Amino acid sequence: MVEESDVRVVRFGGSKINLRPPIISTDSRFVLCTSGDSVKVYSTRTEEWLHSLQGHTNQVTGIALNPANHLQVYSCSADGTVKLWDFIDGILIKTFIIGYPLFAIYVSEKHEGIVFLHIAMDTDSKKEGFQLVAVHLPKSAEQEVEAKELSAVSSHISPNPSCTAFGREGQYIAFARNLQLNVYFFRKQKTYSFSLKATDKKGAKNAFTCIACHPTDDCIATGHEDGKIRLWRNFIHKKEYTYSTQHWHHNAVNTLCFTPEGTNLLSGGIESVLVQWQYGTGNRKEFLPRLGGSILHVSASSDGQLFCTSHSDNKITVIESSFKVCGVIQGLVKGDAVLTDLMIDPRSKALVLNGKPGHLQFYSLLRDKHLYNLDIVQQEYIYEAGLDQFEVVKAAFDIKGYWLATVEERGQKSADLEFFLKLWSYDERTQSFVLNTTITAAHTDRIISMCFSSSEETTMLVTIAEDGQFKAWCQGVDADTKQDQNFWSCDFVGSYHNLKPTNCSFSADSSLLAVSFQEVITIWSPDTWELLTTLCQPPGVIRDLCFGRLSCSKYLISTTTRNLLCCWNLLTCALEWSTSVEVSKLQSDPLSENVAAFSYQSKHTDLFVFKPNEPRPLFTHKNVCSEKIHRAVFVPREEPLNNCDESSQWLNRSQLYFLTQNMDLLTFSTATEEDRMLSSSTRLVIDDSVAVTPFYLLLGKHRQQQQKLNTPSHQAADRPQQPQGSVTITELLHTPAHVLPPASVLCSMFVSSLLISNTGVLQDPLRKEMESSEQEMNSEKEEEDSEGEMEACDSQQELRVQGSVDEVTPKLSKAQERELKRVRKTDFSWMAGLIASKP
Amino acid sequence: MGEFKVHRVRFFDYMPSGIRALAFNRDIERIAVARMDGSVEVFHCSDRFFQEKIIPGREQCGIEGLSWVGERLFSAGLNGGITEYDLTNQKVKYTVDAYGGPIWTIAGNQQGTHLAVGCEDGTVKLFEVNEDKIQFERNLDRQKSRIISLSWHPSGSKIAAGMMDMIQIFNVETGHSVHRLLADRGVGTSRSKECVVWSVVYLSDGTIISGDSVGMVKLWDDQTGTLIKSHNVTKCDVLALSVSQNEDSLVAGTSEGTVVQFQFISMVLGKDDKEWVRTRTFKNHTHDIRAVAEITTAVVSGGMDAQLVVRPLLDKVEVRSAASALRKIHFPHRRLVSCARKSGLMLFQYPGHLELWRLGESEGKGEDDIHLFVKRNPEKLLHLKVKGEDHIRCSAVSPCGEWIVYSTASSLRLYRLHCDNNNVSITKVLQISTELSANQLCFSSDSSHLFSASTQSSVHLVSLSQSGCKFVGTLKPKSGERTIGIRESSKIIPASEDGKWLASANSDHEVHIYNLQTRKAHCTVPVYSSAVTAMGIHPTTNCLFMMYADQQMCEYSIEQKQYTDWSRMVQRKGLHRFWMERDTPCLNVMFNPQHPSHVILHDTYMLCIIDQSLPLPDDKTQFYNQLTLKSLPEEQRKSHSHAFKVCKTFKDILCVELMSDQSLVVVERPLEDVASQLPAPIKQKKFAT
Repeated sequence: MVEESDVRVVRFGGSKINLRPPIISTDSRFVLCTSGDSVKVYSTRTEEWLHSLQGHTNQVTGIALNPANHLQVYSCSADGTVKLWDFIDGILIKTFIIGYPLFAIYVSEKHEGIVFLHIAMDTDSKKEGFQLVAVHLPKSAEQEVEAKELSAVSSHISPNPSCTAFGREGQYIAFARNLQLNVYFFRKQKTYSFSLKATDKKGAKNAFTCIACHPTDDCIATGHEDGKIRLWRNFIHKKEYTYSTQHWHHNAVNTLCFTPEGTNLLSGGIESVLVQWQYGTGNRKEFLPRLGGSILHVSASSDGQLFCTSHSDNKITVIESSFKVCGVIQGLVKGDAVLTDLMIDPRSKALVLNGKPGHLQFYSLLRDKHLYNLDIVQQEYIYEAGLDQFEVVKAAFDIKGYWLATVEERGQKSADLEFFLKLWSYDERTQSFVLNTTITAAHTDRIISMCFSSSEETTMLVTIAEDGQFKAWCQGVDADTKQDQNFWSCDFVGSYHNLKPTNCSFSADSSLLAVSFQEVITIWSPDTWELLTTLCQPPGVIRDLCFGRLSCSKYLISTTTRNLLCCWNLLTCALEWSTSVEVSKLQSDPLSENVAAFSYQSKHTDLFVFKPNEPRPLFTHKNVCSEKIHRAVFVPREEPLNNCDESSQWLNRSQLYFLTQNMDLLTFSTATEEDRMLSSSTRLVIDDSVAVTPFYLLLGKHRQQQQKLNTPSHQAADRPQQPQGSVTITELLHTPAHVLPPASVLCSMFVSSLLISNTGVLQDPLRKEMESSEQEMNSEKEEEDSEGEMEACDSQQELRVQGSVDEVTPKLSKAQERELKRVRKTDFSWMAGLIASKP
Repeated sequence: MGEFKVHRVRFFDYMPSGIRALAFNRDIERIAVARMDGSVEVFHCSDRFFQEKIIPGREQCGIEGLSWVGERLFSAGLNGGITEYDLTNQKVKYTVDAYGGPIWTIAGNQQGTHLAVGCEDGTVKLFEVNEDKIQFERNLDRQKSRIISLSWHPSGSKIAAGMMDMIQIFNVETGHSVHRLLADRGVGTSRSKECVVWSVVYLSDGTIISGDSVGMVKLWDDQTGTLIKSHNVTKCDVLALSVSQNEDSLVAGTSEGTVVQFQFISMVLGKDDKEWVRTRTFKNHTHDIRAVAEITTAVVSGGMDAQLVVRPLLDKVEVRSAASALRKIHFPHRRLVSCARKSGLMLFQYPGHLELWRLGESEGKGEDDIHLFVKRNPEKLLHLKVKGEDHIRCSAVSPCGEWIVYSTASSLRLYRLHCDNNNVSITKVLQISTELSANQLCFSSDSSHLFSASTQSSVHLVSLSQSGCKFVGTLKPKSGERTIGIRESSKIIPASEDGKWLASANSDHEVHIYNLQTRKAHCTVPVYSSAVTAMGIHPTTNCLFMMYADQQMCEYSIEQKQYTDWSRMVQRKGLHRFWMERDTPCLNVMFNPQHPSHVILHDTYMLCIIDQSLPLPDDKTQFYNQLTLKSLPEEQRKSHSHAFKVCKTFKDILCVELMSDQSLVVVERPLEDVASQLPAPIKQKKFAT
């Protein structure tokens, strides 16, 4: 895929964290997992995302702790590189270029400097032929090294990476494929293979699904498709090998893991029950049920105190060895299908879509964190196949995020369709949506689409349904109920020649409503409910409708099923331009004039970004992915980029996320963005020469954010300037209490945050000055760190003096405030030193 | 192949008796099986588990344990006696009372000098094994509770005894207890119940392995008397244990019907510190497993569901073949049914009584060609209870239906049947005491003579007439080179149709042919390595057709005293793979007078007609070719057909007989019917129920 532009498709935010087994660091403080193109590091105690290791340009397909240095981790990716990271500081130490797409990585203590990788067979990639190769990693000082020494250990191995495992002390490697178990001894260079019959008389399905090797005994545990677990022993004999069988799982065993001491075996499957088998005593087992989605991977920390399970609902559960759940790291929940559109909650800027059955999930893409689930259906969901249960199928937010409309439906397959239209209002007190109105029979047939009017004053909801009508709903005062409660009721029912409506859209200023009926677009005035005009360009049923924004608000864009993209000028009521393109999804950016169109042609999807006023695309990206795309959303950026490059300019204000059919959330990233990310990580490297403590994390992050604030790209004019301290406050509120510094330390920070800063003309020169001084500061600080505690004590006293001075001063100038912060920044490293020196 | 009218008989309510004990003798490769009804059977392990010997039981004689001492077989039971069996003549040799109340277990030491029995009164009694009898030697220290299980240390110096709640180790020299190992009771409600140590095994390295009613298999050290390891095998009882010859594998039978294997494996490959690890689980039984035995290449288990299961251990089998397949033995390898060919009567042999039935009749054609209307239902004519406590060893009804004969271990009784219209009556004609008791009985085809196979390969002749019966004489094999040495008793005796020839086979695999006119031995068929399971003399050619336990077949011309050309051809070309892989022996050989080239054979699962005029199949030809032949046009059938025509319509066949009116009687005993009459098994929780 050669692209001339620097815009790439990346997985960033909301990626799968359950693709590969998570790793717990040796000190049990961090959980590492693959997540899209990066490796994420979470804290095991607070479940917070600490940072991610970014640098791969394709899906990361495996991670493994460096056996030689437990602070380092290897990661392999489909981009053909193996990278070695310092995962605590997030520094990329080395990159080894292998040159083939990699699919899994294994390391063993015995084989120092060698990693074992899954690569696709050279001959035919279609037949899923994979081979296991040992790669000797060359020792050289360079950052990027090409690893050339590949030696194949075995070809034709299973594409499932959990079907390969290292045995006791790395003496042998066991790998299974379909019905055959192979054990390769490195010293003897000999493979023993054992095969099972495909099925037996009792209908057992014997295919291997996973493998684990006992750490001290020569015993291999294998999981099978029918839920059996076999323990193989004596496997150096062709005939006298033996195995014992255990059976608890009723369906395929997804994962197996021995605890580091080898006393227990953990297994998990679709039942979402973690089973702990006592090794050597046959049937004794413990259960940890109701963990959520089916268990995909289990891993244990090296001291055996923590277990990690990753689940099919994109979740990692941290479990103590006493079988108690102590933490849940939730990624973006991905069900079988997303029925609602991708939406952005205007308040939290969170991505909203179907999550758990019957729920809407709110997912912060910026922090890459699952915020909460909103129970829409409010009924018990029964986990059983073939049941027809209520599902959220439509949802819409109004422009300010005060109202949420949802439609839930049951009986999609059968004839008797049941559906409810629910309206939720945002409750400031509980900071969540509260059910306001439930409309049981909003229409006589299924609701196809709905949208809120975008005007600031009155909120109006328009729904269209298969019964040929569109209805407008308004918030009105119901005479029967109390005055202070406003419920929604129907305001207007419209139809057009009994045609079936297909889509609806409000113009940006809510002065016009466009409803498409089959091949005809009708334009209504929401104030008078007068049919203003009709637009028609046969052939083809209208599929998508969208009004232009900002300077292009006079245009209306529509797509039809017959591969036609039309742009109407609403002033002249005439067709401005049209082009023949098969558009599967049309999405307009709320912050700019841009409209993105995904077009599916000849088995791959292309993206066109254009402005409605000119028929020439602003940006084209061929072959975005090989599937049809039906869901996409523009996510506003927290701070706009300032790309001058024409091809990436459209990404300045917001990011375009889209969802593929196998539920991958992808986005586009620009070169500048990546550069910035890389540079920020390198800067991080310089700063993070001190030990990482909770104090440090808090303060370090705080500082980072300040630095971001200080960057010249920040345009204060865009949004009302937030009070300086709000970062601190959020930091305070979002950090678990036990990692916070004492309140006395935080107090001054908190107080200063409440003070109104005066922004003046002087700001810019000051800021420049600031930056230069800050850089000096950093270098100074490094020296300080190496020197020891004495100075640190001094600086603390200094702080006290200064702090008291601050408190007296009623108002601070911007410069003074910065000064204060700078001082504060410097002096908390001593605490880290104190903690580190404590035995 | 021809068409037959078939009497499909399913009213023979034969119930095999549950298996109580197993004993394996490595030297002669025989396994002895004791059943609940007191009968003892001997199977030949290397001859496809052919049931060589059956010693019928007696009323009220339950066997609890079996033990081989050399080639002698001993049993002990709850009647308090120790019994030795005369295996050559298939009868009880003697019974010695141990005077210790009911005996729960018997064990012989490896040296073959002593027998130990565990009694209800808490004593372990040692018996010295003499050449002809056993002699009580002494008691070991008397314990408070009954002795359930015993095991000798291979050196013969110590005995481990399983009791209620504990295991005692005795020093045989002093007779004193060395250690007392306490077995834990179960938890919860079963805490108040005593823990019964059902089985113990004493290994040569001093490890004692016990199986108890709590469901644990425990490993103990006999030096310190401590528990080394315990494995929870089941929620119910572990009833039986057995260890392999080289002590690297142990099997435990549970009351859930599973056999659990333990293996002595080094945990780290290449090192010597080995541990007992639970490995495989075999589930072939539905009911309690009362006995297991690990033989050289297989695990044999038997229990309440009355089937003997031979589960091969593939890691010990050298070559995989039909002989090393999973084998389930449900029915005895001999006939329990005899038919009066001319009068349509059938005699069913039960352990304690005989039943005589008249076959039903049908009305020519039915609505479809498969099922015929029954005009007259089968009718039970007679229920003859056996006199005395012994069970029936064999029985027969004459072809004319006038005579019924049966034999127990002690006597032979001949009855005459009077049948006028619906009145059936019998009169006892003859009663012969012990020395003439028969192993097999047979009438001549004209019902004028009764042949009774007896001890020392001899056959007694009794002539039958309306006026009376007379013992005529005894046929003995040529006393040539084999005068010394005990001859096995005869087993299978078919007489030729014309009354001229008689053949008898014994369990030494010898087949003797006698001339009935001269009453002299005619010749002996060359001895084959496998046992004869069935034979028949062809009515016209006077060839003897023999089936062997390893599924080979031979045809021997009596007149020419040599194998026939067809038989030589069979030997030369070999039999088809599918034929050799069948796992039950052929139980009857019949000839169809209308097609002299046809031989009718049957085993438990199929009925076969061998057409000697057709070519033999080789391994490439389709063996079960009836359907293919049906689809072919008439002309091509000839070229595709081969000598073996197999009919698998009937299952679980006990007997097939060709009646004189060209109808076939097929006596079936469906295994489902047997299973439905068994007591309910232990209730087990099944997934999703």
